[in-house]
Amino acid sequence: MKQITTRPRALAETPFTYCPGCTHGIAHRLVAEAIDELGIQGRTVGVASVGCSVFAYNFFNLDFQQAAHGRAPAVATGIKRVLPDRVVFTYQGDGDLAAIGTAEIVHAANRGENITVIFINNAVYGMTGGQMAPTTLVGMRTTTTPFGRDPRLAGHPIRVAELLSSLRGVAYLARVALCGVAQITRAKKAIRRAFQVQLEGQGFSLVEVLSTCPVTWGMQPVEAVRWLEQHMIPAYPLGELVTPEKKATTHPETIVVHPVTIVHPETIVVHPVTIVHPETGGVPPGTGERG
Amino acid sequence: MSPGTLTETRVLMKGNEAIAEAAIRAGVQAYFGYPITPQSEISEYMARRLPASGGVFLQAESEVAAINMVYGAAGAGARVMTSTSSPGISLMQEGLSYLVGSELPCVVVNIMRGGPGLGNIAPSQADYFQATKSAGHGDGRNLVLAPSTIQEAADLTILAFDLADKYRNPVMILGDGYLGQMMEPVMFPEGRVPRAAPSWATTGTAEAPVRLINSIYLEPDELEAHNVRLQEKYRRMRAEVRVESYRMEDAEIAVAAYGIAARVARSAVDRARVRGLRAGLLRPISLYPFPTDAVAAAARTVRGFLTVELSAGEMVEDVRLAVEGRVPVRFYGRMGGAVPTPPELLERIELTLREVTAG
Repeated sequence: MKQITTRPRALAETPFTYCPGCTHGIAHRLVAEAIDELGIQGRTVGVASVGCSVFAYNFFNLDFQQAAHGRAPAVATGIKRVLPDRVVFTYQGDGDLAAIGTAEIVHAANRGENITVIFINNAVYGMTGGQMAPTTLVGMRTTTTPFGRDPRLAGHPIRVAELLSSLRGVAYLARVALCGVAQITRAKKAIRRAFQVQLEGQGFSLVEVLSTCPVTWGMQPVEAVRWLEQHMIPAYPLGELVTPEKKATTHPETIVVHPVTIVHPETIVVHPVTIVHPETGGVPPGTGERG
Repeated sequence: MSPGTLTETRVLMKGNEAIAEAAIRAGVQAYFGYPITPQSEISEYMARRLPASGGVFLQAESEVAAINMVYGAAGAGARVMTSTSSPGISLMQEGLSYLVGSELPCVVVNIMRGGPGLGNIAPSQADYFQATKSAGHGDGRNLVLAPSTIQEAADLTILAFDLADKYRNPVMILGDGYLGQMMEPVMFPEGRVPRAAPSWATTGTAEAPVRLINSIYLEPDELEAHNVRLQEKYRRMRAEVRVESYRMEDAEIAVAAYGIAARVARSAVDRARVRGLRAGLLRPISLYPFPTDAVAAAARTVRGFLTVELSAGEMVEDVRLAVEGRVPVRFYGRMGGAVPTPPELLERIELTLREVTAG
């Protein structure tokens, strides 16, 4: 019998300790495969976050640092700034990245930190027993929204990929889902592309991976995958939101900035800033030239 | 502490800038910080000078981010530092706990200001407890050094990097707004080549065993064993006790003070001596490890202590613990950024001496 697949070298032989039906195992494997295929195992450093994947480092044959809850993008920034030729990635859940870590992810993305973020979105806090996450859907029952998420009390779910897509430092941004072979194959391509973007020094890359949590969702694994397809994908559209090629055409702002001249402490002469808007081709409506 | 070969003439420098220049001479490779008065000059100096010496400067989005960038860079094997003032140290407590738990070397400068809360930007020494009693949550400790002159601030900053490496632990330079802002002549040693990344650093490898920077040990037995090792390290750190005894040989009253308070106290001690009063200054330079033995020894020869701090009284508790009730320990403090004058302290010395020698 011909062996057509093997365990990726970057994946450790340690059996996963995730729940049955959890898609972390698939996500880990896709990351390891991408690292193998790009031949970067020897120069990659991972940053584990806090959530179910807190022990992610046990499952990879890679140097790793454990970050505090939400801080992985800042830790990754520290590593990448002092070791710019290494590949640095974070692996974060939705609470870690979009609740406590919102400042860190926004600013790492905004600075265009040349790191790759694997963002596991399963709409719940799994590790701590199933509380509401920033990405919990409206009406979804969790242990802290026992009557269903009410947007009047808890706001609406955050679309992290869309939120970050407005930042110029972002070079690659994709949302994928781990439901079925076709989507998982697309997910693999996106993850590989994200690491590729880092290798090319293009800027910040993030792949949002829609995932299941059968245990806290109170479903069987296959049922959970169906639920993801029926409810999460409509709320979190799949696709590549930012690519290096798209950026060149969607963000062609020409910002002409003249230096500020401080003539006298009381008199500050500011030369006008002209932003040419890509769609209107001229000055954005309502702003005019600022003098 | 030896500053090494001093190769330059003395330069008049602001305390904050001297600390930054000293770090550069020590071979610092990365600085991550956030603006806060009265220490922003450290960030600004680093922004100007650090890239030219091959290092990385980055202004972080908050002190929370800054201390975590320090964590990442330290774990990746770089010589790294941050600086802030009191409210920023509060934000860094989580990061400091992770740093001590993961045994990472780094230098953290706290230029203390008035508190609590927003407080003000004037000098204070009210972060002593925060600095010395633990590094964030848990049983971890910072090694804490307290300069009282600009020259000492520069020397201790260089020493801090070496001690951080020696013990794989954060070292805190505890200064205050006065030291940060004032200007004094200072000399620096020649600059050093940055040291190589330690073998435990996460620099990327495909070979087993991989390196891991971590502070989680789920099994109580494992976490206890880890903490036992950390406590053993803090016992070994007692070798780093540093203290200055000034005019203590025949002193009847020991004035215990550190940092800017010690500067004022030294003047007051001199004035007291002119008046024929036998006062001396016992100046802790390392606050953790605390110079317990030196204080205990002084308690056998003096009639009493006067501890002077810019706070409601924090180091005074450690003085009392070391004195073990042998002689009275009195306290005088100013808060909110107020700094006592030498005549003010002279009065307190006279008062205390009368009290402890009466009857």
